[in-house]
Amino acid sequence: MGDGPPSIWEWIARNWDTGRVDSIRNLLTDHLTMSLVPILLSLVVALPLGLACVRWRWLYQPTSGLMNIVYAIPSLPIFMLLISVTGLSQTTVIIPLTFYGMAVLIPAVVDGLGSVPDHVRQSAVAMGFTPLRRLLAVELPIAVPVVLAGLRVVAVSSISLVSVGALIGQGGLGSLFTRAYQNPFMPPVIVGIVLIVALALVADGLLVLAQRLLTPWVRARKGRA
Amino acid sequence: MITFDAVTKRYPDGTVAVDGLSLEAPTGEITVFVGPSGCGKTTSLRMINRMIDATEGQILLDGVPVQGIDPPTLRRGIGYVIQQAGLFPHRRIVDNVATVPYLLGWDRRKARARAMELLERVGLDSALARRYPFQLSGGQQQRVGVARALAADPPVLLMDEPFSAVDPVVRTSLQDELLRLQAELNKTIVFVTHDIDEAIKLGDRVAVLRVGGRLAQLADPKTLLSDPADDFVREFLGRDRGIRRLQFVSTAGLRLRTDLTVEEGFGGGTAEPWALVVSADGAPVGWVADARPDVLEPFGTFVHGRDSMRSALDAALLSPSGCAVGVDENGKVVGVATREALDEALAEAADG
Amino acid sequence: MSWLIAFFDWLVEFFGDPARWSGPDGIPARLLEHLEFSALALALAVLIAVPLGLLIGHTGRGEVVVVVSANLARALPTLGLLVMFVLLLGAASVWPVIIPLVLLAVPPILVNTFEGIKGVDPELRDAAYGMGLRGGQVLGRVLVPVALPLILLGCRLSAIQVVATTTVAAYTGLGGLGRFIIDGFATKDYARVVGGSVLIVLFALVVQILFALAQRVTVSPGVSRRLKVR
Repeated sequence: MGDGPPSIWEWIARNWDTGRVDSIRNLLTDHLTMSLVPILLSLVVALPLGLACVRWRWLYQPTSGLMNIVYAIPSLPIFMLLISVTGLSQTTVIIPLTFYGMAVLIPAVVDGLGSVPDHVRQSAVAMGFTPLRRLLAVELPIAVPVVLAGLRVVAVSSISLVSVGALIGQGGLGSLFTRAYQNPFMPPVIVGIVLIVALALVADGLLVLAQRLLTPWVRARKGRA
Repeated sequence: MITFDAVTKRYPDGTVAVDGLSLEAPTGEITVFVGPSGCGKTTSLRMINRMIDATEGQILLDGVPVQGIDPPTLRRGIGYVIQQAGLFPHRRIVDNVATVPYLLGWDRRKARARAMELLERVGLDSALARRYPFQLSGGQQQRVGVARALAADPPVLLMDEPFSAVDPVVRTSLQDELLRLQAELNKTIVFVTHDIDEAIKLGDRVAVLRVGGRLAQLADPKTLLSDPADDFVREFLGRDRGIRRLQFVSTAGLRLRTDLTVEEGFGGGTAEPWALVVSADGAPVGWVADARPDVLEPFGTFVHGRDSMRSALDAALLSPSGCAVGVDENGKVVGVATREALDEALAEAADG
Repeated sequence: MSWLIAFFDWLVEFFGDPARWSGPDGIPARLLEHLEFSALALALAVLIAVPLGLLIGHTGRGEVVVVVSANLARALPTLGLLVMFVLLLGAASVWPVIIPLVLLAVPPILVNTFEGIKGVDPELRDAAYGMGLRGGQVLGRVLVPVALPLILLGCRLSAIQVVATTTVAAYTGLGGLGRFIIDGFATKDYARVVGGSVLIVLFALVVQILFALAQRVTVSPGVSRRLKVR
C-alpha cells in the first residue's frame, strides 16, 4: 500500500482506539448514549401519557395533535434553539429525540390498548379483576406487540437521527461525516453509515427478540394459520 | 337461460371445487344453489360472470358460451350482489347505484334518474340518496346493493349470500322484498345460500350441492321436501320436513265454517263449545268458551287462499279453541277452520 | 430566564434588519430556495413512489422491496448520505444533493401507498370487478379514492423528511433556509441561527397545514367519515 490513501480497513485500524475523544470507539459509545437515552425516556413518558389518553378519551385528540406537530418539526433547528438553554451538550440532542419518540409511542400505546378485544376486557371485568390488575395482567400484555412495533420505529430512527447532532458537535458517529466533508475523504463516511445502519439493525433485532419472548402467543397463533 | 354443461373447476393444487355440474337456470325464475360450505356453490355462481373461469365444460348464457365474452363486458350485463353489499365508500348512494350506467356511458342525469327510481323500487327513502354508505344500516346497504345490481336493467342477477350478514328480522323483510321485486321484474336469478329455509322460501328451483361440488338434487322446493333424492339431501333438509312442506299446500281448498262467529257484546249460550267474537267491522276479537263467556281467549289468523296450510295450522295452534280464523286480505273474518277441516286437508296433503 | 431574553433579542436583530429582507442571502430568496428544493424532491419522490406503490399493492408482487426500503430509509443517516453523494459526485450542481433527498423521500410514500391499496376490503375489489370495471378502472375509480388517506399520509411524512433533510443539506452547500443556521453557526452569529431556526419551524408547520387542507379537499367524506350521521 505505502503512499496511496489508506484503505477502509487501515483507516479503521488507525482510528479505532486512539485514546482521543474522536476515536471510533468513543464516538460509538457517545452515539449509543444519545440514542438509547431518548428511546428509553420516550417509552417511560409515553406509557403513562398513553394510559391517561385511554382513561380520559378527551385528552387524546389534543395530545395526538400536539405530537403530530412535534413530529413535523425538523431536528436541526430544534438543536439550534436548544443550544441557548442546554449548551453544546448531549442533552441538546437527547431532548428533541425524546419528543420524536413520544410522538410515535403515545399513539402506539393508545392503539395497543385499543387492540384489546372488547370481549376479553369484559370477561376480565366479569371474573372480578380490579381495574389495576386488569391493566397489568390482561390489557398491557395484549398491547405489547403494537407498542413494540412503535418502539422499533423509534429505536431505528433515533439511532440514525443522532448523527445530525454532528452539526453542533454532538453527533456520535455523525462526526465521521463532518470530518469526512471538511477533509474530503470517503472511508469515514462509509464506516459511519455502515456502523449506524448496523446499530439500527441490532436494536431492531433485539426488539423483535423481545417481542417473541414477551408475547409467545402471537407467534404460536401465526404458526397454526 | 343459464346452462351449465358438465362444468368442472379444478385448482392448480388439485382441489376440485365444482365437479361435472350440469343444470339449467330457466329464464325469469329464481334458481337457488344451496349446500354446506365447500360445496362449490359460490364458485359455480362466480363462473357465470367469469369472476372465476371453468376448467372444463362450458356455461351458456341464452346459448352463448360466456368464455367467448370479454369479462368486463359480460359483467356489465349481469347484476351482481354480494354478502357485505360491497358499496363504494367514497361515493354517495345515488352514484353507487348508477355505477354500471356510468360505465355503459349513460348520460349523468339519466343515470341518476334511473338510480333514484331504483332506490324507491327497493323501498329506500330518496333522502338516503345523498348519503354515503357508512351512514346506512346493514339492511339498507344491502337494499342499495340490490338496486345497484338492477341499475342497467340486466336480464340476469347473481346473488352470493346477499342476506346472510343481516339480522333475522331484516333478512326476512329483504327476502319478501326480493320476491315482490321478482314478481314485477321477472329476472333470471341465481341465488347462493347455505340456509335451506331461505332456499325453499325464495327458489323456484333449488339445486342442492354436496361437498366436492357435485349436484345432489335439482328440484322445486315442494318436491325437494316431499321426495329428497338421497340421505345427504334428507339430512341437509333437516327435521320437520313434513311441516315445512305444508308451506306449499294452499288453503284455498280448506273448508271454513261461518256459523261459529258471534257479534261483540254477545251474552253467551251457543250449542258449540267455542265461539269467535267478531267486531262490528268484521275483525276478529277473540274466542269465548261456552263455560266462561266473559273471558276472551287468544286467536290466530291466516289469509284464506293466499297463506299456506302451514300458516293455517300455526294459527290453529295459537288458540285454546284449536281452530284457525280465516280472514281476507283486509283482515275481515271469512270463516273458521275447525280441527276436523284441518284434519281433512292435512290428510289430503299427506296423500298428494 | 436570561436565555429567553437573549432569544428575543436575537429574533429582533434577525427579523428587524432590513438587509435581511433582500438580496441572495435575504429571507425571501432563501425561503423560495427552500420551497423549490423541497417541492422538487417531493414531486420526484411522488412520481416514483406512487405509481410503484400502486403497482405493487394492486398486483401483490414485490412486497419485500417495500418493506426493506422502508426500514432502510429509516436507518440510513441523512447527513452521511448527503456527504457521501457530494463526495462521490462533486458539488458542481444541486443534483448530488437532490438525489439523496429523493431517495429518502420515496419510502414513506411507497410503503403507505402500498399498504393503502393492499388494505382495501377484498369485498370492495370483488364488487368492482363483478360490476364490470376493468383493472385500470378498479384501481383509479375505487382503490385509489379509498386508499387516498394513506397515500396522502405517506406524502405528508415524506414532506416532513424532505423539509428536514433540505435544512441539513445546507451543510453540503445547498441553499435554502438551512444556510442561516449553518453560516450563522460557523460565524457564531446566533441571531442568524435562531432566526433561521424559527423560519424553518414555521415553514414545516405551514407545510403540515397545507397537507391537512389537501386531505380535507380530496378525500371523500364517505371515506374519512367526516359527516355526522343524520
